[in-house]
Amino acid sequence: MQFSELWLRSFVSPALDSDALGHLLTMAGLEVEGQGGVASVFSKVVVAQIVEAEKHPNADKLRVCKVDAGQGELLQIVCGAPNAAVGIRIPCALVGADLAGFGIKAAKLRGVESFGMLCSAKELGLSDESSGLLVLPEDAPIGIDLREYLKLDDTLFTIKLTPNRADCLSLSGIAREVAALTGSPLSLPACEVVAPSHGETRAIVLDAPEACPRYSGRIIRGVNAKAPTPDWMQQRLVRSGIRSISALVDVTNYVMLELGQPLHAFDNAKLGGAIHVRLPKAGEQVLLLNGQTIPPAADTLLIADESRALALAGIMGGDDSGITLETTDLFLESAFFAPDAIAGRARAYGFSSDASYRFERGVDFELAGKAMERATRLILDICGGSAGPVQEALAADKLPARAPIRLRAARVRRVLGIALSADTVAAMFHHLGLAVVRDGDDFVVTPPSYRFDLEIEEDLIEEIARIHGYDNIPVLAPRGPITMLPRPEARRDAMSVRRLVAGREYQEVINFAFVEEAWEKDFCANTDPVRLANPIASQMSVMRSSLIGGLVANLVTNRKRQTNRVRVFEIGRCFSRDAAGTPVDGFRQPVRLAALASGLVSPEQWGEANRNVDFFDVKADLEALFFPRVAEFERAVHPALHPGRSARVLLDGREIGFIGELHPIWVQRYELGLAPVVFEVELAALLETVTPAYREVSRFPAVTRDLALVVDQGVAAAGLLKGLEGVAPAIVQRIELFDQYQGKGIEPNRKSLAFRVVMQETHRTLEDAEVEAAMAALTRHAEDNLGAKLRA
Amino acid sequence: MDQLDQLVAEAGADFAAAADGAALESAKARYFGKGGSLTELLKGLGKLDPEARKTVGAEINKAKAAIEALLTARRDALQQAALEAQLAAEALDVTLPGRGAGIGGLHPVVRTLERVEQLFRSIGFDVAEGPEIETDFYNFTALNTPANHPARSMHDTFYLENGDGVMLRTHTSPVQIRAMQAHVEAYKDRETMPELRVIAPGRVYRVDSDATHSPMFHQIEGVWIGESVSFADLKGVVADFLRSFFESDDLQVRFRPSFFPFTEPSAEIDVAFMSGALKGRWLEIAGCGMMHPNVLRFGGIDPERYTGFAFGMGPDRLTMLRYGVNDLRLFFEGDLRFLGQFR
Repeated sequence: MQFSELWLRSFVSPALDSDALGHLLTMAGLEVEGQGGVASVFSKVVVAQIVEAEKHPNADKLRVCKVDAGQGELLQIVCGAPNAAVGIRIPCALVGADLAGFGIKAAKLRGVESFGMLCSAKELGLSDESSGLLVLPEDAPIGIDLREYLKLDDTLFTIKLTPNRADCLSLSGIAREVAALTGSPLSLPACEVVAPSHGETRAIVLDAPEACPRYSGRIIRGVNAKAPTPDWMQQRLVRSGIRSISALVDVTNYVMLELGQPLHAFDNAKLGGAIHVRLPKAGEQVLLLNGQTIPPAADTLLIADESRALALAGIMGGDDSGITLETTDLFLESAFFAPDAIAGRARAYGFSSDASYRFERGVDFELAGKAMERATRLILDICGGSAGPVQEALAADKLPARAPIRLRAARVRRVLGIALSADTVAAMFHHLGLAVVRDGDDFVVTPPSYRFDLEIEEDLIEEIARIHGYDNIPVLAPRGPITMLPRPEARRDAMSVRRLVAGREYQEVINFAFVEEAWEKDFCANTDPVRLANPIASQMSVMRSSLIGGLVANLVTNRKRQTNRVRVFEIGRCFSRDAAGTPVDGFRQPVRLAALASGLVSPEQWGEANRNVDFFDVKADLEALFFPRVAEFERAVHPALHPGRSARVLLDGREIGFIGELHPIWVQRYELGLAPVVFEVELAALLETVTPAYREVSRFPAVTRDLALVVDQGVAAAGLLKGLEGVAPAIVQRIELFDQYQGKGIEPNRKSLAFRVVMQETHRTLEDAEVEAAMAALTRHAEDNLGAKLRA
Repeated sequence: MDQLDQLVAEAGADFAAAADGAALESAKARYFGKGGSLTELLKGLGKLDPEARKTVGAEINKAKAAIEALLTARRDALQQAALEAQLAAEALDVTLPGRGAGIGGLHPVVRTLERVEQLFRSIGFDVAEGPEIETDFYNFTALNTPANHPARSMHDTFYLENGDGVMLRTHTSPVQIRAMQAHVEAYKDRETMPELRVIAPGRVYRVDSDATHSPMFHQIEGVWIGESVSFADLKGVVADFLRSFFESDDLQVRFRPSFFPFTEPSAEIDVAFMSGALKGRWLEIAGCGMMHPNVLRFGGIDPERYTGFAFGMGPDRLTMLRYGVNDLRLFFEGDLRFLGQFR
């Protein structure tokens, strides 16, 4: 909402300068977003008339003008503006004038003396561009100071109103607020009743009284629609950001700005029979002022006559029933439409209007009559004509209720943390125009018809806080019972997992959760992703079911920027449809951790032969995250991954993710150079860890034996190890795989796996026999179950 | 006994001439070995009379001790020299960089989240989270924002295809409701419910994209509910947090009236720095207020018995202000040259 300070001060004028006024509004919740002068700072600029204009003897584009600036004698001024014509009145900066720091002096221009400067709107800071001199009205008094003539010592305020403060969507509303905040006297425009001078009326029927409980109309005959809008009105409209269109339209806009009541003027000649305020009929269409033809939705309220729909009530007028410059008789509408009947409708049709903006937030339901009289007066004064009687259709029981609200003094203290005297509170309510009855320590408050935001006790508490000033509420150190937050030792938080991943040289990234549909297809074989109904762009149209696509994109981005060694990770939610999903039915949205590594295994360095990162490097990173728990890896096929170099990751037998080298197809398609290694696991699996448990440390010597087994190449090392552990006697403390060998001495398609077996007893030294028996058991198991042979 | 003195002097010269351990050992043999000079002298003692033997023997032994001392000294010197030579040969260019992997880092916004979590944990706030595909009920209705409420136009919501009543959450406020419900459920058997203090960081989504708006961004929601929680406490907690976060005791913090459907009274929080590029400018940094009674009721809490405050902040903006980042989009581009600056 934009408005002129001068206009506001015509209603209430506290002893505050513009800056203080702006601060006052901001701190009362009417946030001043913009504040600035209507013109740049200048002085000694007066209204003048061009009396003569001759071509400059030495320059084609310049003219030598004789100007009457009310200085007693004509001034000779050289001017380059194309519109410098004899007779026009224009701003003239006199010698000695200061235009925002630029001084005007007597000078010679191409050999001709010039005493001053004729100005454009741009040169005076009145607009951002202009194509010549600012032409002033023909009756502008010559010699008068331009600032005074155009009322340029004014400030434009732009305030950002929160949706609850519809009562401040007018100059009167803001004035009311300023008066309440400062205690300054308030004088709002008089809206005297205009006595009818003819008897013609039009019947009004409220077919949907819930949506429109009040509608008044009046016929004004014989107006001159072509009458010019007075300068003062144009100026106020323009300074409110509204273009001047024609006198009748300007009056309706002016009254809306002044009082807050949106009005609509129909051309009375285009109406047939009674006005109906009703819901649409099947198949009905409305051609709107903006040229759009829409089939109104069933819950869109219409203004109609007996034959057709005319307008969207409270939203926008129709194209063929509104006033034009040819209109002589008009039907003026001033109504109250319920916020619920208007809210969201304009947005659904893809536009907004000043009227719908106000009605959906709440227009004073007692204002329609006053606004009708105010607009009538202005129309008669500007366009002439004669007014008929006001017809009002009213469903009084459907008007918004203003139930009394009980406010308890103790509750104020409790919510705000301050104690205010009852008299102070009463005075605040009085200034706010709220009807108050004292009842012991309590107040019973009935809000006025223009306040839609005061419904419960807390709303009144907010009013008290606002008027008291949020700044004046103390800043208390937080107090509360001090109890420790439980933090299970066997559970860590996501932050500590992040630190672990970062410690293994991965950089965290945050990628958008909506991704390209192709990523879902390529990396997840997901042809039915969760789709957005209204994506911001096609490459952000589906919700990711995996983090891998984003990491691959990070790799691409960084390679383009000449960073080829990329190690990134992300923790984020992934989304899929799942009937059993929770907590939102139908969706699974687990948080996952994914990482990608590509390029050299170590940063460029001098100390070791470098090589590219491979599966086992990244697997070690993942294993480290689970430590001290141990994840299992099983060979598995995944759409994103190289089928021979990928595994599913299991924890306690449950699948929790995958790891592998990216499939060569995607390496090629996404132009990744080297195949990156990626993993993705459920974050929850990494958060559960273990509380350490003590085991006695043996003081007796350990015995170590090696076991080299030759098995088929297809035998998984982990399976073999697990089998050995399964049959190992209790004395076996651990079995470690320390070598894998293929090649000379081993048959093709076979491989040798060497295990180190460590045996120990806690309370005694082992005997040779039991050591040999244990090794024999392990060997036998491998031979019998896995076709293994002891390596020769 | 000039002869013995001479012998000691000779031995000293011999030992000194020995350049290494082997040479020293053969020099030693010339005095102490079979047929060595000292050995011979000692053998010759037997031929003397007992009285002379005693005197001469003492003299010889003295010379022997002197030679042994010279030998030991020389041996030590040689060992020392050998050690020094070895150490010199083993010297490294210690200015070469250390070997091994580098260190990764957290995302700058996560770094902020971590700091925020730590600060709030220090005054007893737990950390909660909630789903990002959220229901209309939690995202709007339970937050006192019924259908067609004008406040809904403040959120440009992402909806899902074939998703009835679900959307991408437009704020972290739904976690308020979920946290309240969980808290009430956890303490339903108790006479008095302990205070609920919780913050909920997370990603949120709105249909908006330019240099200062990202369609996905972060919020941190905070809630404190108890039997005597007031607006003055809210001011205290938020001001304390902001000064701690920015490590600036003279940070200016102001609260001004605003509107959110889920709080009443509501406030917008502005800060102004006393130094730096943004010195003296009020910057909007968070929204807050006393929890609306309807919201408490939706969470299962009696607003007559308990009051609470809630606040919501933008950690992306906190991060930008903290580190002087000027373009929000950098956070989501994954450029390692940018992200690596926040390790």
